[in-house]
Amino acid sequence: MSEGITMPGEEHSAGLGSGAEAAATVAGAEAAAPGSGTEAAAPASGAGAAARASETEAAARASRTEAADRASGAGAADPALAPGTEAAPNPRDARTSRWWRMLGRDRAAAVGAVILGLVALVALFGPLVIGDRAQRQDLDASLRPPSLSEGVYGLLGTDVLGRSVLARLVEAAATTLSVAVPAVLCSLAVGSALGLWAGYHGGRRESLAMRVADVILSFPSLLIAVVVLYVFSPSALNIVLILAVTRIPVYLRTARAEAAELRSRLFVDAARTFGTPSRKIIYWHILPIALPTLLTVATLDFCFVMLTESSLSFLGIGIQPPEVSWGLMVAQGRQYLQTAWWITVLPGLAIVLTTVSATVLAAWARIATDPAQRWRLTLPTKRRGASAAVPPELIP
Amino acid sequence: MTRTAAPAPTGTDDPALDVEGLCVDLSTPLGTVRAVDGVSFSVRRGRTLALLGESGCGKSMTALSVVGLLDPAARVTGGAVRVRGSDTLRLSPAERRKLAGPVLSIVFQDALTALNPVQPVGRQIGEAFRIHRGLSRREAREKAIELMTRVGIPEPRERARSYPHQFSGGMRQRLLIAMAVALDPDVLIADEPTTALDVTVQAQIMRLLRDIQNERDMALVLITHDLAVVAQRADDVVIMYAGTVVEKGPVRDVFSAPRHPYTQGLLDSVPEHAVRGRPLPAVPGSPPELSAVPPGCAFQDRCPLVRERCVRERPVLRPAGEGRTTACHFAEELTHA
Repeated sequence: MSEGITMPGEEHSAGLGSGAEAAATVAGAEAAAPGSGTEAAAPASGAGAAARASETEAAARASRTEAADRASGAGAADPALAPGTEAAPNPRDARTSRWWRMLGRDRAAAVGAVILGLVALVALFGPLVIGDRAQRQDLDASLRPPSLSEGVYGLLGTDVLGRSVLARLVEAAATTLSVAVPAVLCSLAVGSALGLWAGYHGGRRESLAMRVADVILSFPSLLIAVVVLYVFSPSALNIVLILAVTRIPVYLRTARAEAAELRSRLFVDAARTFGTPSRKIIYWHILPIALPTLLTVATLDFCFVMLTESSLSFLGIGIQPPEVSWGLMVAQGRQYLQTAWWITVLPGLAIVLTTVSATVLAAWARIATDPAQRWRLTLPTKRRGASAAVPPELIP
Repeated sequence: MTRTAAPAPTGTDDPALDVEGLCVDLSTPLGTVRAVDGVSFSVRRGRTLALLGESGCGKSMTALSVVGLLDPAARVTGGAVRVRGSDTLRLSPAERRKLAGPVLSIVFQDALTALNPVQPVGRQIGEAFRIHRGLSRREAREKAIELMTRVGIPEPRERARSYPHQFSGGMRQRLLIAMAVALDPDVLIADEPTTALDVTVQAQIMRLLRDIQNERDMALVLITHDLAVVAQRADDVVIMYAGTVVEKGPVRDVFSAPRHPYTQGLLDSVPEHAVRGRPLPAVPGSPPELSAVPPGCAFQDRCPLVRERCVRERPVLRPAGEGRTTACHFAEELTHA
């Protein structure tokens, strides 16, 4: 299935270009970012005119394109993709391969997925490979710039104590992700559950949940973090917990707003007319619609959490040396910025790349999980022209 | 179709749905208004009752209070809704939920918004089975496919995986009907089931509703403003105006000899009676604002027969022939006109 993801270098840079665009938006206005991501993801081809056509027509067209795809051998690598997939003995396989194909259609998202995959792999297995290189000092090799002649560990230069920046980046990836990912997941789960419950029921329960959110929001999150981490030891677990708690209101408010709007929809009424209990209405009818929005918020928040973690580390109450995180590396390298840019810029770049990838992938996921928009990802992209439903190598 | 629901414990002559003196108040910024005022009707299994009236006359509000879906701004202030011997207005939410589906169920007007856009339709239709019969996802799916076959969806097994937006309007309405009759309800309320559809599809949907009703011996409450549908399909008709019932009786009798000037006006406005080149006849004026219903008869401003008594005294429903009631002081004059 990887043929959908690997692509020529030229397209690679194009994908990164639109990624950078999204990055600018992230820096500018948080809320606008998903929008620009979507634009980058949605192919604005001639076939895009179908977007303006009626929905049914569009859906029909999408399925036709899909059929054309199958017939043209784009998915011939997988026998489950033969026409009549619906009746295939294992529909789960067919579904998985359809996801891969949709990912392949959106280059920016595919690049984002590859980058995130690499970061995750590095975070998981990197520390095993590098051993103690991240801590090994060599004062003779202090502040060496990136070079090709110093072996693998000199590739990205060294810091003031002569430690390999590459090795430290790898080790920091593990620390950063092990703080940011659990923190985001915790606040996502708790905040969404509370918010959906509050928004669906309304009334007193809603007021209660919103007041809790207000209380959390009324303290500057950094202040809570400083107080709590000063009183308790600044262990990784405490950092995760404090970051999770301070970010709960973001999800709580979003989820509440979505649920409050959705609860008055007719299909929720319809579910009530045949006696579906509230808990199941939230789980079956409201969560699936609110989830893409919440996930988009979560990826944006992922950046925020990484940056907060670096602020905490910078203040000396976050990750404690000799452990290292990307944020801490930026903080430590700041004083050498004029003489040794690589110590600061490279971890900064790692943060930006990871967050942009997550954002782009989130924009893709939002379209891919929406049944009414999914067809966009089955259309051929603009660059290949109007006849693109047939891969170029098959055109005689 | 398997009939697993137990037959109604009530005798066949008892009504499957009995609404008595239903009153619904609406809170508005300008004060409380009465949207539904003392509406009563009943319908037996196998029979069809039509609720007929202009937009805003309270017919949908009546239906929603019967199934318990009223907006928070509206409140039932009086009356009773009896199904299977219990008054649903006085049940706890949990007890109501047990009745919703197996006893009482509703088909909405706008099928697109009544279906969840991000769930395959098969799963939505199967939802009722999972809740009331505790079936597994797979069993519920089989049931859903069975129902989709019954309501005439081609290739139901494949289509069960499709999403609502991939169906045409008529097919979506069929899906809603499938959902509503899933648990074999005693009473099916259809809230303008064909208003959003084109005429040929309307006929198909009405035929489907009739077939399913006959098959399962349901009571059908048809809410509509389409006189033709009422004439063709209903056994009895309840004509509503400004939140009250103005005339009630068997369709054949009411339509051939209306005993209320409003009914007369409605029937006259059917284009079949129109003369080419003349404006279509219509009931002049518009219904009163609910906040400003005049003290006497609500219809006085538009009534050709209006007298001094109509301004003074509100007419109550009174018998007017076999099985019929009317709320007009001067019904007899219409009879002889």
